[in-house]
Amino acid sequence: MAQQNNGVAANVTHTQPLWLLAEVTYRCPLHCAFCYNPTDYDKHTQNELSTEQWIQALRDARKLGALQLGISGGEPLLRDDIEDIVVEAKKLGYYSNLITSGVGLTEKRIQAFKEGGLDHIQLSMHDITEEINNFITNTRTFELKKKVAAMIKNHGYPMVLNVVIHRYNIGHIKEILEMAEALGADYVELANTQYYGWSLVNRSQLMPSKEQIDHAEKITNEFRAKVGNKMKIFFVVPDYFAERPKKCMNGWGEVFMIVTANGDVLPCHSARVLPNMQFPNVRDKGLEWAWKDSPAFNKYRGDSWMKAPCRTCPEKDNDLAGCRCQAFLLTGDAESADPVCSLSPNHHIIEKAIEDAKNPQLQAQPIVFRTDKNSKKIIAGELQERVADFHALP
Amino acid sequence: MQNTIQHTDIYAIALHHRFQWEEAQQCYVILFPEGMVKLNGGAGEVLKLVDGQRSVGEVVASLQATFPDVPDIEKDILAMFDLALGKAWLRKLN
Ligand code: SF4
Ligand code: SF4
Repeated sequence: MAQQNNGVAANVTHTQPLWLLAEVTYRCPLHCAFCYNPTDYDKHTQNELSTEQWIQALRDARKLGALQLGISGGEPLLRDDIEDIVVEAKKLGYYSNLITSGVGLTEKRIQAFKEGGLDHIQLSMHDITEEINNFITNTRTFELKKKVAAMIKNHGYPMVLNVVIHRYNIGHIKEILEMAEALGADYVELANTQYYGWSLVNRSQLMPSKEQIDHAEKITNEFRAKVGNKMKIFFVVPDYFAERPKKCMNGWGEVFMIVTANGDVLPCHSARVLPNMQFPNVRDKGLEWAWKDSPAFNKYRGDSWMKAPCRTCPEKDNDLAGCRCQAFLLTGDAESADPVCSLSPNHHIIEKAIEDAKNPQLQAQPIVFRTDKNSKKIIAGELQERVADFHALP
Repeated sequence: MQNTIQHTDIYAIALHHRFQWEEAQQCYVILFPEGMVKLNGGAGEVLKLVDGQRSVGEVVASLQATFPDVPDIEKDILAMFDLALGKAWLRKLN
Protein backbone atom coordinates (compact mmCIF):
# COMPACT_ATOMS: atom_id res chain seq x y z
CA MET A 1 0.00 0.00 0.00
CA ALA A 2 1.32 3.42 -0.91
CA GLN A 3 1.77 5.46 2.22
CA GLN A 4 3.58 8.68 1.66
CA ASN A 5 2.71 10.42 4.82
CA ASN A 6 3.03 7.82 7.47
CA GLY A 7 6.21 8.98 9.12
CA VAL A 8 6.61 9.74 12.78
CA ALA A 9 5.47 13.33 12.46
CA ALA A 10 2.16 12.31 10.97
CA ASN A 11 1.36 10.23 14.02
CA VAL A 12 1.40 13.27 16.23
CA THR A 13 -1.96 14.74 15.38
CA HIS A 14 -3.48 17.37 17.59
CA THR A 15 -6.67 17.49 15.60
CA GLN A 16 -10.01 16.50 17.10
CA PRO A 17 -13.01 15.04 15.33
CA LEU A 18 -15.43 17.76 16.46
CA TRP A 19 -18.07 16.52 14.03
CA LEU A 20 -19.11 12.90 14.03
CA LEU A 21 -21.41 11.73 11.29
CA ALA A 22 -23.02 8.36 11.91
CA GLU A 23 -24.32 6.96 8.64
CA VAL A 24 -26.24 4.28 10.47
CA THR A 25 -27.72 2.55 7.43
CA TYR A 26 -27.58 2.77 3.67
CA ARG A 27 -31.11 1.47 3.33
CA CYS A 28 -33.47 4.19 2.16
CA PRO A 29 -37.06 4.28 0.95
CA LEU A 30 -36.24 7.23 -1.32
CA HIS A 31 -34.28 7.06 -4.55
CA CYS A 32 -32.88 10.56 -4.97
CA ALA A 33 -31.06 11.21 -8.21
CA PHE A 34 -28.58 13.46 -6.37
CA CYS A 35 -27.81 11.10 -3.51
CA TYR A 36 -24.12 11.25 -2.61
CA ASN A 37 -24.10 7.77 -1.09
CA PRO A 38 -21.70 5.42 -2.82
CA THR A 39 -23.09 3.83 -5.98
CA ASP A 40 -22.10 0.43 -4.61
CA TYR A 41 -23.90 0.99 -1.30
CA ASP A 42 -25.83 -2.23 -1.79
CA LYS A 43 -22.72 -4.08 -0.57
CA HIS A 44 -23.11 -2.47 2.83
CA THR A 45 -26.76 -3.03 3.60
CA GLN A 46 -26.29 -6.47 5.17
CA ASN A 47 -23.49 -5.90 7.66
CA GLU A 48 -24.66 -2.93 9.70
CA LEU A 49 -23.21 -2.22 13.14
CA SER A 50 -25.31 -3.32 16.11
CA THR A 51 -26.77 -0.93 18.67
CA GLU A 52 -23.98 -1.82 21.11
CA GLN A 53 -21.33 -1.12 18.48
CA TRP A 54 -22.84 2.28 17.76
CA ILE A 55 -22.97 3.15 21.43
CA GLN A 56 -19.33 2.19 21.83
CA ALA A 57 -18.41 4.31 18.79
CA LEU A 58 -20.25 7.29 20.30
CA ARG A 59 -18.37 6.91 23.57
CA ASP A 60 -14.99 6.56 21.90
CA ALA A 61 -15.54 9.54 19.58
CA ARG A 62 -16.66 11.70 22.51
CA LYS A 63 -13.39 10.93 24.28
CA LEU A 64 -11.57 12.15 21.19
CA GLY A 65 -13.44 15.45 21.43
CA ALA A 66 -16.49 14.90 19.21
CA LEU A 67 -19.32 17.33 19.99
CA GLN A 68 -21.70 17.54 17.09
CA LEU A 69 -23.36 14.27 16.18
CA GLY A 70 -25.25 13.80 12.92
CA ILE A 71 -27.36 10.65 12.66
CA SER A 72 -27.75 10.08 8.98
CA GLY A 73 -27.92 7.43 6.29
CA GLY A 74 -29.63 6.32 4.00
CA GLU A 75 -32.73 6.86 6.07
CA PRO A 76 -31.75 6.44 9.74
CA LEU A 77 -35.36 5.89 10.79
CA LEU A 78 -35.29 2.50 9.10
CA ARG A 79 -33.40 1.38 12.19
CA ASP A 80 -35.52 0.87 15.28
CA ASP A 81 -32.73 1.69 17.74
CA ILE A 82 -32.33 5.40 16.98
CA GLU A 83 -34.12 6.07 20.27
CA ASP A 84 -31.36 4.23 22.17
CA ILE A 85 -28.63 6.02 20.23
CA VAL A 86 -30.23 9.38 21.03
CA VAL A 87 -30.39 8.64 24.75
CA GLU A 88 -26.72 7.69 24.80
CA ALA A 89 -25.77 10.79 22.80
CA LYS A 90 -27.52 12.97 25.34
CA LYS A 91 -25.84 11.22 28.23
CA LEU A 92 -22.45 11.79 26.64
CA GLY A 93 -23.05 15.51 26.01
CA TYR A 94 -23.35 15.52 22.23
CA TYR A 95 -25.40 18.07 20.38
CA SER A 96 -27.33 15.61 18.29
CA ASN A 97 -29.05 15.98 14.96
CA LEU A 98 -31.24 13.52 13.11
CA ILE A 99 -30.90 13.95 9.35
CA THR A 100 -33.99 12.49 7.75
CA SER A 101 -36.21 12.40 4.71
CA GLY A 102 -39.12 12.32 7.16
CA VAL A 103 -40.24 8.87 6.07
CA GLY A 104 -40.86 6.84 9.20
CA LEU A 105 -41.15 9.75 11.62
CA THR A 106 -44.24 9.12 13.73
CA GLU A 107 -45.70 10.94 16.74
CA LYS A 108 -44.53 8.11 18.94
CA ARG A 109 -40.97 8.23 17.69
CA ILE A 110 -40.58 11.99 17.76
CA GLN A 111 -41.86 12.02 21.32
CA ALA A 112 -39.28 9.43 22.29
CA PHE A 113 -36.57 11.51 20.60
CA LYS A 114 -37.65 14.59 22.48
CA GLU A 115 -37.66 12.78 25.80
CA GLY A 116 -34.36 11.12 24.97
CA GLY A 117 -32.74 14.50 24.37
CA LEU A 118 -32.31 14.73 20.60
CA ASP A 119 -31.40 18.36 19.92
CA HIS A 120 -32.63 18.88 16.41
CA ILE A 121 -34.00 17.31 13.29
CA GLN A 122 -32.93 18.25 9.80
CA LEU A 123 -35.57 17.52 7.23
CA SER A 124 -34.86 17.30 3.52
CA MET A 125 -37.33 19.04 1.24
CA HIS A 126 -37.14 19.05 -2.51
CA ASP A 127 -39.47 21.49 -4.14
CA ILE A 128 -42.71 23.37 -3.87
CA THR A 129 -44.24 21.24 -6.56
CA GLU A 130 -45.44 17.75 -5.92
CA GLU A 131 -44.31 16.73 -9.41
CA ILE A 132 -40.67 17.62 -8.89
CA ASN A 133 -40.52 16.28 -5.35
CA ASN A 134 -41.90 12.98 -6.50
CA PHE A 135 -39.83 12.90 -9.67
CA ILE A 136 -36.42 13.62 -8.18
CA THR A 137 -36.90 11.29 -5.21
CA ASN A 138 -38.69 8.75 -7.35
CA THR A 139 -41.30 8.38 -4.59
CA ARG A 140 -44.59 9.95 -3.54
CA THR A 141 -43.41 11.82 -0.49
CA PHE A 142 -44.57 15.40 -1.00
CA GLU A 143 -47.55 15.50 1.37
CA LEU A 144 -45.71 13.45 3.94
CA LYS A 145 -42.85 15.95 4.14
CA LYS A 146 -45.22 18.80 4.88
CA LYS A 147 -46.86 16.77 7.64
CA VAL A 148 -43.50 15.90 9.15
CA ALA A 149 -42.42 19.53 9.07
CA ALA A 150 -45.47 20.46 11.15
CA MET A 151 -44.75 17.62 13.57
CA ILE A 152 -41.18 18.81 14.10
CA LYS A 153 -42.39 22.31 14.83
CA ASN A 154 -45.12 21.10 17.21
CA HIS A 155 -42.59 19.30 19.32
CA GLY A 156 -40.64 22.47 19.89
CA TYR A 157 -37.75 21.55 17.66
CA PRO A 158 -35.93 24.14 15.62
CA MET A 159 -37.00 23.68 12.02
CA VAL A 160 -33.94 22.97 9.93
CA LEU A 161 -34.68 22.40 6.26
CA ASN A 162 -32.17 21.15 3.77
CA VAL A 163 -32.97 21.58 0.10
CA VAL A 164 -30.61 20.12 -2.47
CA ILE A 165 -30.57 22.42 -5.48
CA HIS A 166 -30.28 21.19 -9.05
CA ARG A 167 -31.54 22.05 -12.48
CA TYR A 168 -35.09 20.89 -11.74
CA ASN A 169 -35.72 23.15 -8.77
CA ILE A 170 -33.27 26.02 -9.17
CA GLY A 171 -35.92 28.07 -10.92
CA HIS A 172 -38.14 27.84 -7.83
CA ILE A 173 -35.78 29.24 -5.20
CA LYS A 174 -38.07 32.09 -4.26
CA GLU A 175 -41.06 29.79 -3.87
CA ILE A 176 -38.99 27.30 -1.90
CA LEU A 177 -37.92 30.05 0.49
CA GLU A 178 -41.51 31.24 0.82
CA MET A 179 -42.59 27.72 1.64
CA ALA A 180 -39.83 27.47 4.25
CA GLU A 181 -40.96 30.73 5.81
CA ALA A 182 -44.58 29.57 5.86
CA LEU A 183 -43.54 26.33 7.57
CA GLY A 184 -41.76 28.40 10.22
CA ALA A 185 -38.25 27.29 9.33
CA ASP A 186 -35.45 28.58 11.56
CA TYR A 187 -32.63 27.45 9.28
CA VAL A 188 -32.69 26.74 5.57
CA GLU A 189 -29.77 25.25 3.77
CA LEU A 190 -29.88 25.58 0.01
CA ALA A 191 -27.26 23.04 -0.88
CA ASN A 192 -26.24 23.08 -4.49
CA THR A 193 -25.61 19.54 -5.64
CA GLN A 194 -22.05 18.35 -5.20
CA TYR A 195 -21.10 15.70 -7.68
CA TYR A 196 -20.24 12.47 -5.93
CA GLY A 197 -21.83 9.04 -5.99
CA TRP A 198 -25.21 9.05 -7.70
CA SER A 199 -25.17 12.77 -8.37
CA LEU A 200 -21.95 12.39 -10.36
CA VAL A 201 -23.49 9.66 -12.50
CA ASN A 202 -26.47 11.99 -13.06
CA ARG A 203 -24.47 15.18 -13.42
CA SER A 204 -25.54 15.91 -16.97
CA GLN A 205 -29.15 15.87 -15.79
CA LEU A 206 -28.70 17.83 -12.60
CA MET A 207 -26.18 20.56 -13.23
CA PRO A 208 -27.60 24.05 -13.72
CA SER A 209 -25.93 26.78 -15.74
CA LYS A 210 -23.86 29.58 -14.26
CA GLU A 211 -26.62 32.08 -15.01
CA GLN A 212 -29.15 29.99 -13.12
CA ILE A 213 -26.88 29.82 -10.08
CA ASP A 214 -26.15 33.55 -10.10
CA HIS A 215 -29.84 34.28 -10.35
CA ALA A 216 -30.67 31.89 -7.52
CA GLU A 217 -28.03 33.47 -5.31
CA LYS A 218 -29.37 36.95 -6.00
CA ILE A 219 -32.90 35.90 -5.05
CA THR A 220 -31.56 34.25 -1.92
CA ASN A 221 -29.72 37.41 -0.88
CA GLU A 222 -32.84 39.52 -1.39
CA PHE A 223 -34.90 37.08 0.65
CA ARG A 224 -32.30 37.02 3.40
CA ALA A 225 -32.35 40.80 3.63
CA LYS A 226 -36.13 40.67 3.97
CA VAL A 227 -36.42 38.03 6.71
CA GLY A 228 -33.30 39.00 8.68
CA ASN A 229 -32.34 36.92 11.70
CA LYS A 230 -35.71 35.19 11.88
CA MET A 231 -34.76 32.56 9.34
CA LYS A 232 -31.10 31.83 8.71
CA ILE A 233 -30.48 30.99 5.08
CA PHE A 234 -27.33 29.31 3.88
CA PHE A 235 -26.59 29.19 0.17
CA VAL A 236 -23.85 26.69 -0.46
CA VAL A 237 -22.15 27.73 -3.70
CA PRO A 238 -21.31 24.81 -5.95
CA ASP A 239 -17.57 24.46 -6.29
CA TYR A 240 -17.60 23.82 -10.04
CA PHE A 241 -18.32 27.48 -10.58
CA ALA A 242 -15.60 28.83 -8.32
CA GLU A 243 -12.05 29.79 -9.26
CA ARG A 244 -10.59 27.87 -6.37
CA PRO A 245 -11.61 24.57 -4.80
CA LYS A 246 -13.24 24.22 -1.42
CA LYS A 247 -11.13 23.31 1.58
CA CYS A 248 -12.79 19.94 1.57
CA MET A 249 -14.07 18.80 4.99
CA ASN A 250 -11.97 21.64 6.38
CA GLY A 251 -8.97 19.41 5.80
CA TRP A 252 -8.50 15.66 5.68
CA GLY A 253 -8.74 14.24 9.20
CA GLU A 254 -8.93 17.72 10.72
CA VAL A 255 -12.42 18.04 12.25
CA PHE A 256 -14.74 15.48 10.63
CA MET A 257 -15.10 11.78 11.19
CA ILE A 258 -17.66 9.57 9.54
CA VAL A 259 -18.61 6.13 10.69
CA THR A 260 -20.53 4.27 8.02
CA ALA A 261 -23.23 1.64 8.33
CA ASN A 262 -20.76 -1.24 8.25
CA GLY A 263 -18.32 0.46 10.63
CA ASP A 264 -15.81 1.89 8.17
CA VAL A 265 -14.28 5.09 9.52
CA LEU A 266 -13.78 7.78 6.90
CA PRO A 267 -12.51 11.35 6.78
CA CYS A 268 -15.25 12.27 4.27
CA HIS A 269 -18.40 10.82 2.74
CA SER A 270 -16.94 9.58 -0.46
CA ALA A 271 -13.39 8.64 0.58
CA ARG A 272 -13.99 4.97 -0.21
CA VAL A 273 -13.70 5.74 -3.92
CA LEU A 274 -9.97 6.43 -3.48
CA PRO A 275 -7.63 3.71 -4.73
CA ASN A 276 -5.05 1.82 -2.63
CA MET A 277 -6.55 2.94 0.62
CA GLN A 278 -7.54 0.78 3.48
CA PHE A 279 -9.94 2.54 5.78
CA PRO A 280 -10.09 1.52 9.41
CA ASN A 281 -13.21 -0.14 10.78
CA VAL A 282 -14.56 0.29 14.32
CA ARG A 283 -14.63 -3.48 14.59
CA ASP A 284 -10.83 -3.67 14.40
CA LYS A 285 -8.67 -1.32 16.43
CA GLY A 286 -11.19 1.25 17.61
CA LEU A 287 -11.74 4.90 16.88
CA GLU A 288 -8.76 6.39 18.64
CA TRP A 289 -6.37 4.39 16.51
CA ALA A 290 -8.43 5.15 13.42
CA TRP A 291 -8.29 8.89 14.00
CA LYS A 292 -4.75 9.27 15.30
CA ASP A 293 -2.70 6.47 13.86
CA SER A 294 -4.37 4.81 10.90
CA PRO A 295 -2.43 5.24 7.66
CA ALA A 296 -5.63 6.31 5.89
CA PHE A 297 -6.31 9.26 8.21
CA ASN A 298 -2.70 10.37 8.08
CA LYS A 299 -2.30 10.01 4.37
CA TYR A 300 -3.51 13.47 3.38
CA ARG A 301 -2.90 15.37 6.57
CA GLY A 302 -0.56 18.30 6.11
CA ASP A 303 0.82 19.10 2.66
CA SER A 304 3.82 16.85 2.10
CA TRP A 305 1.78 14.59 -0.24
CA MET A 306 0.98 17.42 -2.66
CA LYS A 307 2.16 17.60 -6.25
CA ALA A 308 2.75 20.55 -8.56
CA PRO A 309 1.20 23.08 -8.87
CA CYS A 310 -0.12 22.81 -5.31
CA ARG A 311 3.15 21.90 -3.59
CA THR A 312 4.65 25.33 -4.19
CA CYS A 313 1.41 27.28 -4.43
CA PRO A 314 1.18 30.32 -2.14
CA GLU A 315 -2.53 29.59 -1.64
CA LYS A 316 -2.19 25.99 -0.52
CA ASP A 317 -3.13 26.73 3.09
CA ASN A 318 -6.45 28.19 1.96
CA ASP A 319 -7.78 25.08 0.25
CA LEU A 320 -5.24 22.26 0.89
CA ALA A 321 -5.47 21.46 -2.85
CA GLY A 322 -9.21 20.87 -2.66
CA CYS A 323 -11.02 17.56 -2.60
CA ARG A 324 -9.09 14.29 -2.99
CA CYS A 325 -12.16 12.42 -4.15
CA GLN A 326 -13.04 14.99 -6.78
CA ALA A 327 -9.45 14.99 -8.00
CA PHE A 328 -9.51 11.23 -8.33
CA LEU A 329 -13.00 10.86 -9.78
CA LEU A 330 -12.35 13.40 -12.51
CA THR A 331 -8.62 12.99 -13.26
CA GLY A 332 -7.74 9.50 -12.05
CA ASP A 333 -5.04 10.90 -9.74
CA ALA A 334 -6.01 11.45 -6.11
CA GLU A 335 -2.95 13.57 -5.41
CA SER A 336 -3.43 16.05 -8.22
CA ALA A 337 -4.97 19.47 -7.71
CA ASP A 338 -8.76 19.48 -7.50
CA PRO A 339 -9.67 20.24 -11.15
CA VAL A 340 -12.03 22.97 -9.93
CA CYS A 341 -8.91 25.12 -9.49
CA SER A 342 -8.19 27.30 -12.49
CA LEU A 343 -4.47 26.57 -11.95
CA SER A 344 -5.01 22.83 -12.32
CA PRO A 345 -3.72 21.31 -15.57
CA ASN A 346 -7.02 19.40 -15.66
CA HIS A 347 -9.30 22.38 -15.24
CA HIS A 348 -10.67 21.85 -18.78
CA ILE A 349 -12.68 18.90 -17.41
CA ILE A 350 -14.70 21.29 -15.27
CA GLU A 351 -14.96 23.83 -18.05
CA LYS A 352 -16.45 21.18 -20.29
CA ALA A 353 -19.05 20.20 -17.70
CA ILE A 354 -20.01 23.86 -17.31
CA GLU A 355 -20.21 24.25 -21.08
CA ASP A 356 -22.37 21.13 -21.36
CA ALA A 357 -24.74 22.50 -18.74
CA LYS A 358 -25.59 25.31 -21.14
CA ASN A 359 -26.99 22.79 -23.61
CA PRO A 360 -28.71 20.34 -21.32
CA GLN A 361 -30.95 18.82 -23.98
CA LEU A 362 -27.96 17.74 -26.02
CA GLN A 363 -26.09 16.23 -23.11
CA ALA A 364 -28.65 14.83 -20.76
CA GLN A 365 -28.96 11.11 -20.37
CA PRO A 366 -31.75 9.35 -18.50
CA ILE A 367 -31.44 9.57 -14.72
CA VAL A 368 -30.07 6.55 -12.91
CA PHE A 369 -32.05 6.64 -9.67
CA ARG A 370 -30.48 5.48 -6.44
CA THR A 371 -32.09 2.06 -6.11
CA ASP A 372 -30.87 -1.29 -4.86
CA LYS A 373 -31.36 -2.62 -8.36
CA ASN A 374 -29.20 0.05 -9.98
CA SER A 375 -26.58 -0.33 -7.26
CA LYS A 376 -26.42 -4.08 -7.92
CA LYS A 377 -26.09 -3.39 -11.64
CA ILE A 378 -23.21 -1.00 -11.10
CA ILE A 379 -21.47 -3.48 -8.80
CA ALA A 380 -21.88 -6.12 -11.53
CA GLY A 381 -20.19 -3.84 -14.05
CA GLU A 382 -23.32 -2.83 -15.95
CA LEU A 383 -24.29 0.74 -16.88
CA GLN A 384 -20.73 1.23 -18.08
CA GLU A 385 -21.79 3.92 -20.51
CA ARG A 386 -22.81 6.01 -17.52
CA VAL A 387 -19.88 5.44 -15.20
CA ALA A 388 -16.93 4.99 -17.55
CA ASP A 389 -16.18 8.72 -17.62
CA PHE A 390 -15.60 8.75 -13.92
CA HIS A 391 -12.85 6.89 -12.21
CA ALA A 392 -13.40 4.60 -9.28
CA LEU A 393 -17.03 3.83 -9.89
CA PRO A 394 -17.16 0.05 -10.00
CA MET B 1 -25.21 47.75 15.02
CA GLN B 2 -24.91 48.28 18.76
CA ASN B 3 -27.51 46.67 20.96
CA THR B 4 -28.10 48.75 24.01
CA ILE B 5 -27.52 46.54 27.00
CA GLN B 6 -29.13 47.70 30.24
CA HIS B 7 -27.98 46.69 33.70
CA THR B 8 -31.49 45.51 34.52
CA ASP B 9 -31.74 43.23 31.47
CA ILE B 10 -32.00 39.52 32.11
CA TYR B 11 -30.77 37.11 29.47
CA ALA B 12 -30.71 33.38 28.94
CA ILE B 13 -28.96 31.19 26.40
CA ALA B 14 -31.02 31.27 23.20
CA LEU B 15 -33.48 28.51 22.40
CA HIS B 16 -31.94 25.55 20.62
CA HIS B 17 -28.49 26.60 21.81
CA ARG B 18 -26.49 24.78 24.41
CA PHE B 19 -23.63 26.14 26.47
CA GLN B 20 -21.29 23.62 28.08
CA TRP B 21 -17.80 22.99 29.33
CA GLU B 22 -15.71 20.78 27.07
CA GLU B 23 -13.11 18.68 28.80
CA ALA B 24 -11.37 17.64 25.57
CA GLN B 25 -10.98 21.23 24.34
CA GLN B 26 -10.55 22.79 27.81
CA CYS B 27 -12.98 25.58 27.01
CA TYR B 28 -16.66 26.49 27.00
CA VAL B 29 -18.58 26.00 23.79
CA ILE B 30 -21.93 27.02 22.38
CA LEU B 31 -23.64 24.39 20.28
CA PHE B 32 -26.53 24.99 17.92
CA PRO B 33 -27.96 23.47 14.76
CA GLU B 34 -25.19 23.09 12.19
CA GLY B 35 -22.59 24.86 14.24
CA MET B 36 -20.49 25.43 17.30
CA VAL B 37 -18.32 28.15 18.72
CA LYS B 38 -15.41 27.67 21.05
CA LEU B 39 -15.33 30.51 23.55
CA ASN B 40 -12.18 32.08 24.88
CA GLY B 41 -11.73 32.23 28.62
CA GLY B 42 -13.31 35.64 29.20
CA ALA B 43 -16.37 34.97 27.07
CA GLY B 44 -16.89 31.64 28.84
CA GLU B 45 -16.75 33.30 32.27
CA VAL B 46 -19.45 35.77 31.23
CA LEU B 47 -21.82 33.28 29.62
CA LYS B 48 -21.44 30.87 32.53
CA LEU B 49 -23.32 33.44 34.62
CA VAL B 50 -26.05 34.04 32.05
CA ASP B 51 -28.70 31.78 33.49
CA GLY B 52 -32.03 33.49 33.00
CA GLN B 53 -31.96 34.66 36.63
CA ARG B 54 -29.14 37.12 37.08
CA SER B 55 -29.40 40.58 35.57
CA VAL B 56 -26.56 42.08 33.57
CA GLY B 57 -25.72 44.23 36.58
CA GLU B 58 -25.42 41.16 38.77
CA VAL B 59 -23.18 39.44 36.24
CA VAL B 60 -20.94 42.50 36.19
CA ALA B 61 -20.81 42.68 39.99
CA SER B 62 -20.04 39.00 40.31
CA LEU B 63 -17.18 39.14 37.80
CA GLN B 64 -15.79 42.31 39.36
CA ALA B 65 -15.63 40.42 42.63
CA THR B 66 -13.97 37.38 41.03
CA PHE B 67 -11.45 39.38 39.00
CA PRO B 68 -10.74 42.50 41.07
CA ASP B 69 -7.45 43.15 39.25
CA VAL B 70 -8.87 43.41 35.74
CA PRO B 71 -9.24 47.10 34.91
CA ASP B 72 -12.47 48.28 33.33
CA ILE B 73 -13.92 44.76 33.27
CA GLU B 74 -17.42 46.16 32.97
CA LYS B 75 -16.72 47.48 29.50
CA ASP B 76 -15.49 44.06 28.34
CA ILE B 77 -18.51 42.32 29.83
CA LEU B 78 -20.97 44.65 28.13
CA ALA B 79 -19.11 44.21 24.85
CA MET B 80 -19.42 40.46 25.30
CA PHE B 81 -23.18 40.72 25.86
CA ASP B 82 -23.41 42.88 22.79
CA LEU B 83 -21.53 40.37 20.68
CA ALA B 84 -23.51 37.39 22.00
CA LEU B 85 -26.79 39.16 21.34
CA GLY B 86 -25.69 40.12 17.83
CA LYS B 87 -24.89 36.46 17.14
CA ALA B 88 -28.26 35.43 18.55
CA TRP B 89 -26.70 33.25 21.25
CA LEU B 90 -28.85 34.94 23.87
CA ARG B 91 -32.50 35.77 24.33
CA LYS B 92 -33.85 38.55 26.46
CA LEU B 93 -36.29 37.56 29.18
CA ASN B 94 -37.56 40.91 30.42
S1 SF4 C 1 -30.37 11.60 -0.70
FE1 SF4 C 1 -32.38 10.62 -0.94
S2 SF4 C 1 -31.92 8.49 -1.52
FE2 SF4 C 1 -30.01 9.37 -0.67
S3 SF4 C 1 -30.05 8.80 1.47
FE3 SF4 C 1 -30.98 10.85 1.32
S4 SF4 C 1 -33.19 10.48 1.12
FE4 SF4 C 1 -32.14 8.53 0.70
S1 SF4 D 1 -2.92 25.16 -7.29
FE1 SF4 D 1 -3.52 23.71 -5.70
S2 SF4 D 1 -3.04 24.73 -3.75
FE2 SF4 D 1 -2.99 26.33 -5.36
S3 SF4 D 1 -5.04 27.20 -5.31
FE3 SF4 D 1 -5.08 25.57 -6.85
S4 SF4 D 1 -5.76 23.72 -5.76
FE4 SF4 D 1 -5.16 25.26 -4.21
